[in-house]
Amino acid sequence: MLDTIGNVLSFSLYEGLVFGFVAIGIYLTFRVLGFPDLTVDGSFTLGAAITGVLIVIGVNPFLATLAAFGVGLCAGLATSLLNTKLRIPALLAGILMMVALYSINLRVMGGANVSLLREVTIFDQVFEWLGLGADVWYAELILAGALVVIVFLILNWFLRTEIGLALRATGDNEQMVRGLGADTDMTTILGVSISNGLVALAGAVVAQGQGFADVGMGIGMIVMGLASVIIGEALFRPRGVARLLLAVIGGTFVYRLMITIALRLGMAPGDLKLITALLVIIALAIPYIQKKVRRQWLPPAAKW
Amino acid sequence: MGENKGLLQLREITKVFSRGTIDEIRALDNIEMDLNAEDYIAIIGSNGAGKTTLLNVIAGVYPPERGGKIIINGRDISGLSEYKCAQYVGRVYQDPHIGTAAKMAVEDNLAMALLRGKPRGLRAASNKQRRDLFRSALTPLGLGLENRLNALVGTLSGGQRQALALVMATISKPALLLLDEHIATLDPKTAQIVLELTEMIVKREKMTTMMITHNMELALRYGNRLIMMHKGRIVVDMNQEQKSNLTVNDLIVAFERASGEAFDDDSILLRRD
Ligand SMILES: Nc1ncnc2c1ncn2[C@@H]1O[C@H](COP(=O)(O)OP(=O)(O)OP(=O)(O)O)[C@@H](O)[C@H]1O
Ligand SMILES: [Mg+2]
Repeated sequence: MLDTIGNVLSFSLYEGLVFGFVAIGIYLTFRVLGFPDLTVDGSFTLGAAITGVLIVIGVNPFLATLAAFGVGLCAGLATSLLNTKLRIPALLAGILMMVALYSINLRVMGGANVSLLREVTIFDQVFEWLGLGADVWYAELILAGALVVIVFLILNWFLRTEIGLALRATGDNEQMVRGLGADTDMTTILGVSISNGLVALAGAVVAQGQGFADVGMGIGMIVMGLASVIIGEALFRPRGVARLLLAVIGGTFVYRLMITIALRLGMAPGDLKLITALLVIIALAIPYIQKKVRRQWLPPAAKW
Repeated sequence: MGENKGLLQLREITKVFSRGTIDEIRALDNIEMDLNAEDYIAIIGSNGAGKTTLLNVIAGVYPPERGGKIIINGRDISGLSEYKCAQYVGRVYQDPHIGTAAKMAVEDNLAMALLRGKPRGLRAASNKQRRDLFRSALTPLGLGLENRLNALVGTLSGGQRQALALVMATISKPALLLLDEHIATLDPKTAQIVLELTEMIVKREKMTTMMITHNMELALRYGNRLIMMHKGRIVVDMNQEQKSNLTVNDLIVAFERASGEAFDDDSILLRRD
């Protein structure tokens, strides 16, 4: 019994950490920039595909993981260029890239999936360095945790720099930012690129953890990431850059915990996306209903 | 640049909206204007006269028609994008929501404003030295904002926000300050406070200023020059001497003579109050 609880917790913690990247990426676009970026479903798989293929042809797994971050950046760059330079609405630009990436991912992998079962991944490398067996329960946590700490520290620093501040301000009041002499096209491009880089990084780590990359593995990432962000915000009510980032990671953990428990209780894996969608709807509806009950004024829903 | 007559020169500034349609409108019609350093110009004119369009063109929101030239400090900035023009031009809008970012702290707003015209890099946006600078910029307002650097701007009142917007527009000392009916949405008492703050900052920083207002008395009382616009043209241009003994009624007569139209008081084109 205790063993099961320990299992569920450590597994959720691991997933909370790796999918935390996706949530942080989604948080950067949807919340910080106010840019509803749907590229994510495609760039997650892109990161997995690139890393998978590179590892299979013998590239060092760390380099392959870094490469995933790089191509993710490029995917985000493409989406944000469509938006800022061709003035295609953000939502549509993201959908276009997501669809295009589906074909690209198939091309990259030369099929629907790539197996990494016999390959040396970053996990194998780290286990070897630490002299740990893969059966030690915290083995995977160490790597995932280290990656999250690195990303957290970098972002926490970056978002407080002069450029990072301009990026945050862009999501709040774009006209003001231009009026104060900062190029909002540049900040948008930067933010959307970094976001997709992180999402692709998550894809790369997840693929190595599960031993394969699959063309369908990114489906639903946006909703999952949004669910994590919303749960994190609701539970922790954070203020300030550092707390927000931590809340997003915490939200991912809680979300993953709920999913893992649902699965253990015998729910069919195919139903999870429906559950997630319902979760997001409920989380979004609660503040609305609260305001409605208190008879507060409510603006009409945003169309984005 | 050779002889540099003034701070701002506008040459053949025309702006046509919806060209080639039945809605075609000549919002600015061949505007020529010279501003000297430390000029403080009040701009009045009926609704749709082109006042906001003039400021938008100067601020680079959209370019003037071909042939138009905007020269600031000897530099031709016509055709530069808005964020590039911003290094020369600080601006306060009618709506305090436009000039400030609600979901960010007072400190963050000021840090954004401080870097106008400077390259933004990977240094920390805010540090002790900058916070001290922000406090000393906010203290003269007398609104207690210097003790609320961490407050979200969305929690400030409209007047406090507009005062902050004014500080943000001037803190990096741009060459030109543009004010577009910046006290129009405030209650009379707050409007008076923000107006006095404007006066104080403009005098102290010796800023060249263009202020749009619908209040004719204000236009007579403040500034060293008064411009009246009508249908995209400048129809009256008075210096300090010419406007010093004028009353609102004289101004209305001047408007009627210059525009060839009767002054329509009912439509509150130019408010007397
Ligand atoms: N972006 C735009 N597109 C089309 N027409 C415009 C645009 N901006 C302004 N106009 C038109 O140009 C004319 C001048 O407008 P402007 O906003 O400059 O007037 P204004 O003098 O500021 O008036 P008000 O006192 O009402 O603010 C108006 O007829 C307006 O309809
Ligand atoms: Mg106007």
